[in-house]
Amino acid sequence: MAATEEVKLLGFWVSPFVLRVEWALKIKGVKYEYIEEDIFNKSTLLMELNPVLKKVPVLVHDGKVIAESFVILEYVDETWKQNPLLPQDPYQRALARFWAKFAEEKVLEGAWNALCSQGEEKQKALQQTIEAMEKIEEELGKKQHFFGGESIGYLDIILGWISHYIPVWEEAGSMQIIDPIKFPATTAWINRFLKHPLIKDTLPPREKMLVYFHQRSKELGSTSHGWIRV
Amino acid sequence: MSEEVKVLGNWGSCFSRRVELALKIKGVEYEYIEEDVYGNKSPLLLKYNPVHKKVPVLLHNGKPIAESLVIIEYIEETWKGTPILPEDPYEKAMARFWTKFVDEKCLPALWRAVWSPENEREKAVEEACKCLETLQSALNGKRFFGGDTVGLVDIAANFIGFWLRIIQEATGHGDLLSAEKFPTLFKWTDEFVSCSVVKQSLPPRDKLLAFFKARVAEANASK
Repeated sequence: MAATEEVKLLGFWVSPFVLRVEWALKIKGVKYEYIEEDIFNKSTLLMELNPVLKKVPVLVHDGKVIAESFVILEYVDETWKQNPLLPQDPYQRALARFWAKFAEEKVLEGAWNALCSQGEEKQKALQQTIEAMEKIEEELGKKQHFFGGESIGYLDIILGWISHYIPVWEEAGSMQIIDPIKFPATTAWINRFLKHPLIKDTLPPREKMLVYFHQRSKELGSTSHGWIRV
Repeated sequence: MSEEVKVLGNWGSCFSRRVELALKIKGVEYEYIEEDVYGNKSPLLLKYNPVHKKVPVLLHNGKPIAESLVIIEYIEETWKGTPILPEDPYEKAMARFWTKFVDEKCLPALWRAVWSPENEREKAVEEACKCLETLQSALNGKRFFGGDTVGLVDIAANFIGFWLRIIQEATGHGDLLSAEKFPTLFKWTDEFVSCSVVKQSLPPRDKLLAFFKARVAEANASK
């Protein structure tokens, strides 16, 4: 008889990092308790569980605490063996990790900085993001379905935020990152991802997101802040 | 089965040396190819790391992998023998967490503090020292971050283990890592560099010191 497992996830409704972890847990069919955190008013629970970085997501599995979405994802994949997220082959795993790091540093950071900056800073960030997406487009052009093949895998989960957040950030930031004509493979992947049964009901409401990111973009864009690391 | 393992690296790069350390821990023979990262990038580098055009790059039977920490995970999975990561998934997650902390928080903060202009220095040093203090707590009475032997976190922190004290000597500022400020972390740097497999993977001290002294002189000249 399997022991009852206690899995909790501290999150924030609009965090793409939290969403990744939820996707991984759902793909694995792992039941978890979700605890909403107000990241602008951090709870003592969050400060206790993640004293180093004070951020969500935090996964608590039978009392063991893990932070950082990339680290959590690997832990989830190693702990629950069904529906593997990372490929089996070490070289393919290395490629997946390589592209995950690349996308995080160049696309996510780039797009966020483009959203929260003005003028020249914004243009520079936007340029970086588009150039990075061109490399992702090239990789996706080699795939039929998802990065993970027929089913969603690690890299799809890591990059999945693009499908739902980029359109919102484009609107909130009055900018275009993914032109469907220039990014046909990415656009097709986005549509497939958004329609996936495990994904489509998890997405935060668009209108609420738009209000939130519009506000954040104004707050952060009002001062010159240099490059923001995420 | 003959295996071909090559490393495209640079003698002074801590990232490149991370990969060499991991290979030495595993006892893997490899061919080292020095890249001049300050001059023209070789056709080999441009071919095998077109995305970043940086070292280190590992070539295993012709297949390239870039990004030092990605490479080390590959090394761990490909060659059994002395483990670099713990077996338990939770302990592994902890090692990865601290590795990320070193790589994404500590190193950039330390680098900023080292090269920061005088008027920004105090704040930069304060931030870097906060990182070092947090990192020190991860040692938690152990000889190495990896326990009794060098592991992933120790490898990732090689800059702190060896480069940092040399840079402090070159700049004349000893206010980041000192025995007074961070006694257990400082002790770890001694343990780290005395470890025989680590010793083999470090650049020559004098050469590195001369290199950083030259860079400090350059930075001062341009003020």
